[in-house]
Amino acid sequence: MYKNINARPAMPSQKAEDRIKNFDEVNLGYTVEMAKLEAERCLQCKKPLCVEGCPVSVKIPEFIAAVVEDRFEDAANILRQDNALPAVCGRVCPQEEQCENLCVLSHRSKPIAIGNLERFVADWQRENIGIQVPEIQTSTGKKVAVVGSGPAGLSCAGDLVQMGHEVTVFEALHELGGVLTYGIPEFRLPKEIVKKEIEVLEKAGVKFVRNYIVGVIETLDELLERFDSVFIGVGAGLPYFLNIPGEHLNGIYSANEFLTRINLMKAYKFPENDTPIVTMKDKSVAVFGGGNTALDSVRTAKRLGAKHATIFYRRTEAEMPARIEEIHHAQEEDIEFNFLVAPIKFNGDENGWLKSVTIQRMQLGEPDSSGRRRPLPIPDAIEDIQIEAAIVAIGNGSNPIISQTSPNLNVNQWGNILVEKKTMKTNIPGVFAGGDIVTGGATVILAMGAGRAAARAIDKYLKNKQWETIEVEQAEW
Amino acid sequence: MNKIIKTKFLNERVKLFEIESPLIARKRKPGQFIMLRISEEGERIPMTIADSNVETGTITIIVQSVGKTTSELQKLEAGDTILDIVGPLGKPTHIEKFGNCVIVGGGVGAAIAYPTAKAIKEIGNYVTIILGAKSKEYIILKDEVSTFADEVYITTDDGSEGMKGLVTEKLKQVIEEQKIDFVLAIGPVPMMEAVASLTKPYGIKTVVSLNSIMLDGTGMCGGCRAVVGGKNVFVCVDGPEFDAHEVDFTILMQRNNIYRDKELECNLEKQANEMQKKMEQNNV
Repeated sequence: MYKNINARPAMPSQKAEDRIKNFDEVNLGYTVEMAKLEAERCLQCKKPLCVEGCPVSVKIPEFIAAVVEDRFEDAANILRQDNALPAVCGRVCPQEEQCENLCVLSHRSKPIAIGNLERFVADWQRENIGIQVPEIQTSTGKKVAVVGSGPAGLSCAGDLVQMGHEVTVFEALHELGGVLTYGIPEFRLPKEIVKKEIEVLEKAGVKFVRNYIVGVIETLDELLERFDSVFIGVGAGLPYFLNIPGEHLNGIYSANEFLTRINLMKAYKFPENDTPIVTMKDKSVAVFGGGNTALDSVRTAKRLGAKHATIFYRRTEAEMPARIEEIHHAQEEDIEFNFLVAPIKFNGDENGWLKSVTIQRMQLGEPDSSGRRRPLPIPDAIEDIQIEAAIVAIGNGSNPIISQTSPNLNVNQWGNILVEKKTMKTNIPGVFAGGDIVTGGATVILAMGAGRAAARAIDKYLKNKQWETIEVEQAEW
Repeated sequence: MNKIIKTKFLNERVKLFEIESPLIARKRKPGQFIMLRISEEGERIPMTIADSNVETGTITIIVQSVGKTTSELQKLEAGDTILDIVGPLGKPTHIEKFGNCVIVGGGVGAAIAYPTAKAIKEIGNYVTIILGAKSKEYIILKDEVSTFADEVYITTDDGSEGMKGLVTEKLKQVIEEQKIDFVLAIGPVPMMEAVASLTKPYGIKTVVSLNSIMLDGTGMCGGCRAVVGGKNVFVCVDGPEFDAHEVDFTILMQRNNIYRDKELECNLEKQANEMQKKMEQNNV
């Protein structure tokens, strides 16, 4: 059959002018026809580079071949062998830096839309036959506690329960899902999808305990008395601020707070829901940062009716760490971009409300240690820009609760838990860790990869009771 | 879990709840708080744990009705359940042998000061307690603190009980009469600020408990940030108790007013709903 290698159907989406008025998902997903067309473009490489680009080594050509042959259920099962949350990853993974970046087609035309196909297959399964509860191995009688129900914890729990272990997941908030629930907005990742995935884990036997902060209500040592092993996947839960004067002013939020108010507490439904958010309608809202969280925040502000919703970033579009698709979506939604600016101070009125930000204009100099060109101040290029709300999205440090209450747990100077890379084991026998609490703020898929690596090592440890040498076959993540 | 065992109105706006929460009861220390939520649409609010009982597995919170959530919470009775409770949060009060201590509780602040005052007394400090309120009806926990405190004084704005005047006037008297080593003040922000400026020239170590607006209560959002000693702190994980002489009370007060207009909106909505209900009932 003739393969049109240039095709790559565009992802259908809500019109920009409509979607900025609602919180519904922007992307609508491929139709069966589009998915098949796109799947047929795949060259089925003998040595698929795309798989090497995937942090959890999804068998990409295999699931795409199943799509070509209309075997959507098989495709879903192939995906799920390596990825516990394909509907989530199909939506939020930075494919252009991972699998799609290595697709050989990208030299000649556009790479295969692996993310879009992954999403199609996972959605098809959920909507048509339901997500199947995986086969569970005979019970080992071993108990594992998973701390945190975000991507790392969920993937770790999912694998462990399949291996026959008894798994209990502890979540600090009143809802499960971690960053998938409080952080990533509904318009990018519908919460219903996260709920369905968690339901399947529950059906598979994973126990979930909400409102339970390990460290304060039960220490790590106490957990180890009633569990054979513990996995810590608590994420990076302590927002960085800019540390410039005036940051206490009313109207300034961390991205964590802003997004949690909207996503978890549904503040956009105020007053039907009780959690408020400062009025953004017809206001000028500035978001500081250039990553996915900054874009989630600025697009959320737009949906709350902001007149100007603007990204303030020290470098330029080329250096933005956000996913390309999100940048495009933001541009379509009339998000404004103010590049090469660094905030110096926030200015307020006599009642403590934000009125403006003083910024320093920057220019790009030589590349720094990250390989990106370092922004340098332009002398005397300082100005005041009127804003009424600001969201600081410059990353997260590590939450101190677990390390403070477990002083014997080894952490680095920033509070990130130190682990052995292959096995994710910490210095405390029986305790493993992974995700943002180890790496600092990273991606959903990397956290999931860490959760899986830990699950494999935990399984080995529980079977052999050997702590010093845990042999795992898989290469390091 | 989270079942309300006992309730009691301490005055017309302040209600005490004893809630089944054995794990928190076992762990909590004076000065710590919980976050709670009472409905699916509800907000998360912080509440100081006033007391706990390991045998009955219960914790006590004392709630003053100030906004929508607290007034809805006050409608709950024994047998009802609180949807979500998480804790214990915050750093426990730093308690040591200070010597001669004065604990000042303004209004419902007495409920927050109570567990700490008791703990300070238990390790052998001399404890004087000053409770202040608008009038006699609003004084809470007088009998409870009288069981352990060495001296108890009451001040009321209208003089209906104890000394007529502000807690700071009584505190000044005490400071002038005795050598005071430590003051803990908990109550409305202006009161805490007044206590801080009163004790500063005397060089008396003074601690206040900040009542910031919180969302998660675990350090994740930074919404409760306050300025202490010129630095940003998170009240939920770095506090809630801080050196009173270092706290920027103006910023604290401003940040506590962020949602003032929203509270008004919420109350208007509530009134409208109630009116509609009444009208519907009349039609039937």
